Amino acid sequence: MTVIDTPPTTAPTADLPAPAGLRKTSDWARRAPLMPALIFMFIITQLPFVATLVISFVRWNALRPDLGKHFTGLSNYQAVLSDPDFRSSIIFTVILTVTVVVVSLFLGLLLALLLDKPFRGRGIVRTMLIAPFLIVPIASALLWKHALLNPVYGLFNGILTGIWKIFGSDNPPQPDWVTEHPRLSVEMALIWQWTPFMMLILLAGLQSRPADAIEAANMDGASSWQMFRFLTLPHLRQYLELGGLLGSIYVVQNFDAVFTITSGGQGTANLPYSIYNIFFTAHDYGQASAAGVIVVIGSIIIATFALRVVSSLFQEEGR
Amino acid sequence: MSTQAVPAAPAQPSASAASPGHNAPARKRSVWGLVAWVVGLLFVFPALWMVFLSFHSESDAASNPPKFTAPLTLAGYRDFFNSGQSPWPSLANSATASVCSTVLVLLLAIPAAYALSIRPVKKWTDVMFFFLSTKMLPAVAGLLPIYLIAKNAHLLDNVWLLVVIYASMNLPIAVWMMRSFLAEVPVEMLEAAAIDGARLPTIMTRIIAPVAMPGIAATSLICFIFSWNELLFAKVLTAVVAQTSPVFLTGFITSQGLFLAKVCAAATIISLPVLVAGFAAQDKLVQGLSLGAVK
Repeated sequence: MTVIDTPPTTAPTADLPAPAGLRKTSDWARRAPLMPALIFMFIITQLPFVATLVISFVRWNALRPDLGKHFTGLSNYQAVLSDPDFRSSIIFTVILTVTVVVVSLFLGLLLALLLDKPFRGRGIVRTMLIAPFLIVPIASALLWKHALLNPVYGLFNGILTGIWKIFGSDNPPQPDWVTEHPRLSVEMALIWQWTPFMMLILLAGLQSRPADAIEAANMDGASSWQMFRFLTLPHLRQYLELGGLLGSIYVVQNFDAVFTITSGGQGTANLPYSIYNIFFTAHDYGQASAAGVIVVIGSIIIATFALRVVSSLFQEEGR
Repeated sequence: MSTQAVPAAPAQPSASAASPGHNAPARKRSVWGLVAWVVGLLFVFPALWMVFLSFHSESDAASNPPKFTAPLTLAGYRDFFNSGQSPWPSLANSATASVCSTVLVLLLAIPAAYALSIRPVKKWTDVMFFFLSTKMLPAVAGLLPIYLIAKNAHLLDNVWLLVVIYASMNLPIAVWMMRSFLAEVPVEMLEAAAIDGARLPTIMTRIIAPVAMPGIAATSLICFIFSWNELLFAKVLTAVVAQTSPVFLTGFITSQGLFLAKVCAAATIISLPVLVAGFAAQDKLVQGLSLGAVK
């Protein structure tokens, strides 16, 4: 039974007297293999953030070189935060992330519970369920936009036509999904894509339930609901948290679906899309950086919680 | 040891008789199995629909209500490969960026994971969390400086820039995954081998490699998938020469008359490597996606 890997295998080495071959290595020899990766990460991921921070205090619009580049204090932040479009993109990012994560966690839990029981062809069903997650995100966004949601030849409206025809009507409803329900369109595509992810994590959680506890509960004649409520759900809690937080990290950063399905129109611009827009369409580097810093601050708040959860999993392995 | 239930399916029928669910009659079980099949088919249907449409002629693909019995054709694929801009350069760029960044990630991650598990540095958990925290900062915030640096260094529209960027995106995942695999290397055996006077190369090939190889395979597949899928950075940092397949697909965002079969063919072709890699690694997928926290 395995849930989580175990560092006890590594921890004891610190206390045990190291064997002759290993003892002589100094701290630096131990650190050496780590350094290339650390330095690489520092240069590629940390230094750009420092640059972003600096540029966020500079007035710098690439389309207006005549204005020059100079320090402007917090005016980029003021401009960005007083922009109603940017504020609406903050709100939509929260709505999108919460909706997608909560719905796909719920669906993922149902699917994981279905797949937890043995049945004929379980491996095939599991493989089928993973498929949405393995379609290239922009391909899946194109699939939703053109093949499913298109008002004229999309599958959804095609099915409506078919159903209405069965009942002898030639006048089926043919909603223009993306125009009439832009947010729902993006959310549906992302929920379809992320449910398999949640299902996989929760299924791993279900399969790591202690078998003896299930046995005992069975002996005591617990109902399936009682088993679920008092045994499965508490055990799954940390997996639900992990799935929710990892899902949030990825969905907050989503760009492909918004860019493809609605191109950020009708209130569906989320933060990555807005920043891309300020940077790439408006070419206002100062404001794009200020927006970036605001997003980083928001992410740090979320990440602090996420790290706490991961770190609780991490400590659990030691038990 | 990760025990996923994947290919165990054929072995299940015999297990169902002996399993602890003696109070759940077989009929109830098969009803739930049926439900799972229905839900699974429903879920995969859009993906199958995409593949199905890609083998239709444009006029059949765009019919409303949908035609389920239309004749199959390869016209969509021919159209995708032969008409307009050729997709081959972008497929080649995607392959270069994904494969090379994965190799770079492994070169950096394996020694790092060694220093975090087999012979851990002091405060190795802090290092692990540093790697993880870089994954939690939104990449978009670093986009502008990277663009400016690349512009000044004349690295825009260069696939090697993407190799470096993708390596930095995937390195935290790879370090976490590889560490969780290397943590399973039996330390007593390492010590015994060292006492017996075995040299480092022998220890590497005889003791560490057997445990690490499945981990390396799984890590590579996950890194490959993420690099292949990436759009935002590729869109901003490449243009004509180095554009990757997802950037190529952005050409299909606006409708262009009858083109549904072609879009579906394009989406299918470009997703194919990820589907293959993902199905091959499906029992390790969870571990990679949860950064090695869940096995």
